[in-house]
Amino acid sequence: MKTDDLLESEPRVINVGLRSFADDLAACNVSVVHVDWSPPAVADPRIASLLAKLGG
Amino acid sequence: MRRIDEANAEAHRRILAAEPVLADVRLARDALPRLGDRTILHAGPPITWERMCGPMRGAVAGAIVFEGWAKDLEAATALAASGAIAFEPNHHHDAVGPMTGMTTRGMAVLVVENRAFGNRAFCTVNEGLGNVMRFGGNDAEVIERLHWIATVAGPALGAAIRERGGIPLKALIARGLAMGDEMHMRNAACTSLLLRELAGDLADTCEHDLGRILRFVAGNDMFFLNVAMALAKAAVAPAHGIAHSTVVTTMARNGTDFGIRVSGTGDRWFTGPAQMARGLLFAGYSDADANQDIGDSCITETVGLGGFAMAAAPAVVGFLGAGRLADAIAHTRRMAEITLGPNPEWRLPTLDMDGVPVGIDIRKVLSTGVLPVINTAIANRLPGRGQIGAGVVHPPMACFEQALVAFAELNGVA
Repeated sequence: MKTDDLLESEPRVINVGLRSFADDLAACNVSVVHVDWSPPAVADPRIASLLAKLGG
Repeated sequence: MRRIDEANAEAHRRILAAEPVLADVRLARDALPRLGDRTILHAGPPITWERMCGPMRGAVAGAIVFEGWAKDLEAATALAASGAIAFEPNHHHDAVGPMTGMTTRGMAVLVVENRAFGNRAFCTVNEGLGNVMRFGGNDAEVIERLHWIATVAGPALGAAIRERGGIPLKALIARGLAMGDEMHMRNAACTSLLLRELAGDLADTCEHDLGRILRFVAGNDMFFLNVAMALAKAAVAPAHGIAHSTVVTTMARNGTDFGIRVSGTGDRWFTGPAQMARGLLFAGYSDADANQDIGDSCITETVGLGGFAMAAAPAVVGFLGAGRLADAIAHTRRMAEITLGPNPEWRLPTLDMDGVPVGIDIRKVLSTGVLPVINTAIANRLPGRGQIGAGVVHPPMACFEQALVAFAELNGVA
């Protein structure tokens, strides 16, 4: 798809992170999928890995 | 993961099911049978004399003179440094103590029974304000007051409490929360309610110093703190030692280290540096005068009181430097992110009667980055100089990281 096509076609949006962005787009009838994601609060990869395995 | 969730649900259920009753006041030598001679219990995780802060060392010297193990403070300090005194955490004896947390055989302790599970917890009687041992005070005035509490006030309060058959505390806490207490830095309402409960029986049973005893309790807005601490210890203890549970069952500081213990990892301490509280200092003091965070009093936060119930205490938020009531409410709301659920019997009017948040989950602390908030007094770093302010403080994240690693190893997760 060319850039011009993107600007001239209906946008289809994948929203990652802050849900209110997706809500605003949906309110304007924009096709949007929200991905519930937040950056990990843990900097240590080992801790992050253990948390993922322990349901944190 | 399901067994962790089930274990945590059981820990939460046990904390909420507690039925704490103020049952007695006894000498520690009778109430704490494992407390030996030449042994001093202190606040926080284990610590040696060499690493103790100024207020803790001052309190230790005073406790030694109180017990008659040395004739004066200089000899007491030498005795403490010699290795002849054993130092153990209050928590190793089902006890807690505010600030330096000194507990020795000759001191009077409050006895709180958790009648839902049959366990007991103990805390010394609050000495009052100003020049007191919990802030490192150790002069003749401090020693005399401790002897009076042990030989006159303590036995009188104990007789009155036994005459009543004990004072149920759960409903008293609920009333206090509705009256502006959070049971850590504000205890004015609960102190008043407790005195109302006891006054009649005290008048009937007291043989000496009734007026002094009544004024001793009535003149100290923080008298109930020690009751609340023993109550919290008694309530959370049955939740300790549940296999696979990630619930925090102990938070405590010794003025040098902050330590936590977790239900599913047994009696192992996870420690990091005690932090500096941030808040308001009394006129004439600066951060340079402040000691690091100290005391077992954050046991109250483990059961949803203190900083976790900050929304209950509009009168204290300004004193803590915590800002407006809206900020206090935000603190309590934030604690809901790191806890298992509310306590429906301890509700907060400023939160439309939502319950206080209970059951700190180390996984939630680490995944959100939100640390438990603790309301606390700020002690002068020099012994015996008393309180110099109040504020909020957090445990170091390192405690929770260590706990998670240990929990994972124990449960075979690499």
